[in-house]
Amino acid sequence: MLRYVFSRLATFLPTFIGVTLISFAFIRVLPGDPIVVMAGERGLTQERYDELVRQFGFDRPILAQYWDYLTGVLQGDLGTSFVTKRPVWDEFFALFPATLELSLCAMVFAVVLGLPAGVIAAVNRGKFFDRALMSTALVGYSMPIFWWALLLIIVFSGNLGWTPVSGRIDLIYYFPDPTGFMLWDSLVSGQSGAFASAASHLILPTIVLGTIPLAVIARQTRSAMLEVLGEDYIRTARAKGLPPARINGLHALRNALIPVITVIGLSVGTLLAGAILTETIFSWPGIGKWMVDSIFRRDYPVVQGGLLLIAVMVMIVNLTVDVLYGLINPKIRKR
Amino acid sequence: MSLLRIRNLSVDFATTGGSFRAVDQVDMDVGPGDVQAIVGESGSGKSVSMLATMGLLPWTATVTADEMTFDGHDLRRLTPRARRRIVGKDLAMIFQEPMSSLNPCFTVGFQVKEALRIHLGLGRADRNARALELFDQVGIPAPEKRLNAFPHQLSGGMNQRVMIAIAIACRPKLLIADEPTTALDVTIQAQILDLLLRLRDETGMALILITHDMGVVAETAQRVAVHYAGQKVEEQPVGPLFASPHHPYTAALLAALPERATERRLPAIPGVVPGQFDRPRGCLFSPRCRYADDKCRTVPPPPLGPDLGFARCHYPLNTDERLAS
Repeated sequence: MLRYVFSRLATFLPTFIGVTLISFAFIRVLPGDPIVVMAGERGLTQERYDELVRQFGFDRPILAQYWDYLTGVLQGDLGTSFVTKRPVWDEFFALFPATLELSLCAMVFAVVLGLPAGVIAAVNRGKFFDRALMSTALVGYSMPIFWWALLLIIVFSGNLGWTPVSGRIDLIYYFPDPTGFMLWDSLVSGQSGAFASAASHLILPTIVLGTIPLAVIARQTRSAMLEVLGEDYIRTARAKGLPPARINGLHALRNALIPVITVIGLSVGTLLAGAILTETIFSWPGIGKWMVDSIFRRDYPVVQGGLLLIAVMVMIVNLTVDVLYGLINPKIRKR
Repeated sequence: MSLLRIRNLSVDFATTGGSFRAVDQVDMDVGPGDVQAIVGESGSGKSVSMLATMGLLPWTATVTADEMTFDGHDLRRLTPRARRRIVGKDLAMIFQEPMSSLNPCFTVGFQVKEALRIHLGLGRADRNARALELFDQVGIPAPEKRLNAFPHQLSGGMNQRVMIAIAIACRPKLLIADEPTTALDVTIQAQILDLLLRLRDETGMALILITHDMGVVAETAQRVAVHYAGQKVEEQPVGPLFASPHHPYTAALLAALPERATERRLPAIPGVVPGQFDRPRGCLFSPRCRYADDKCRTVPPPPLGPDLGFARCHYPLNTDERLAS
């Protein structure tokens, strides 16, 4: 098992280097000069411009710039934002808990609903529940996220007034946030109503962000289950006289989990990307909004660093998925 | 009083091209401790008839029978819950592909003990002890270690032994073995067959052996049913069947055995088993039968009497000595 984990880890490093290269190149390929953008409407003199070019090192060969960046990254230095002059590392981790909290909630929402829905649909293949569920899932998958978000806000926040429109918590609450996770911090703060407020702020963003993963997981679970239910070992389980709940929920689901966990792992990448739109709509102070702003400002270090950190998160999730494969189905460990 | 009694069993599959009859009016009687073989080509309905008995057919199958009793239970009228109390306990089955018939996600020990827990309600220690005993009984060396092995860590022969251990875990009255040796090496085949026969002698269970290997039949079975295109075309005790087959199909099968060949070229049965769309009007074997005439091609033959092996044939073979005696 340990050797399996290390063999997975070995693929980590080339991917990491590749991501630094892509994030470095990507932002530089975009038209627009960060110095000009920074100067804004006022403009700046040629002398001042040349001075800043030298200061940021843009006059040096591109490969040398990349080498500086890469060596910095490997020493844990992601650079400093052009705009705020704060280290990228600090900015990222000030905002990341908000994104992580939202993504985790969305993921839990998608898995807790999607997995059983897929199993039930597969077991009742072709019946009403299956058809209803799969067409709903298709609608959910094809729905534009921003429109879905606005629809939910209009109905639940506007018309019914059940949920808040935006933000992470009502402004009347104030407490220290050691972890940055609002649900946890509000709970340990001991202020009455704080947790309920934080939770109610999470509901709509969670649903919006979790909708696509939910649809994907439900469909994937269904098709994986259908495939597994035709396997010989399911016939064996039935020949043993096991109750259907045990056959479907244990013998079949455990085998069907492999492809499902794959899409769950892939969804994490989509979630972090989808968070950008969702965070913008709900004014959620996470890394999504921060990244979008940085791209518009051509804030090279922030975009590079942000992309890299998100990529590392996704890589860690995929590594976890690979390890889970081995735990769920020991046969995979051998390969 | 027979343990398993089946009268006029038919199984139809709903397919996109219409209904397809996989098993056609099959009768069967198996007494306690009997060894019954069912032989036939692929697609002759031998597995399907037994899967119908176990209640393991997919929802596309429709099972009809005049009678279908096992150990006093009417299998046609059982609720799913009541059936689950019998299947896996008194009525067990093992399959052709041991490698894919075991769940790759669980240890073989877990899969054996599961049956013990569901049907016998044994505690953890008892389950473990019984599983070790079972592994020992089916000839798995070092059972303590093997209990924690996953199916992919064992050979095909070992996995089939595990399957047998699961099947006999609750001391069944009838074990159905669906081509248990087809996927195994020849040397392992003999071991598995010996094991099944030894277990029958030890436990007194009845055994139904589905196979397409006449050699296996000759070595193991007491009675043989020959299936063709979903019908049982002949049934006899093993000795008389080999000595004087009554149905031309049985005779042709026996003639195709390499051990029995007298010429340089092995005799074969021309043609293939009829499918869904080319089922003959009369005798199903008539297109391939060297004795067939117009009556065979138009009138389906009903089964003959027990002295003629219930043969479905208008012109049964090897009748002279019966008539003379």
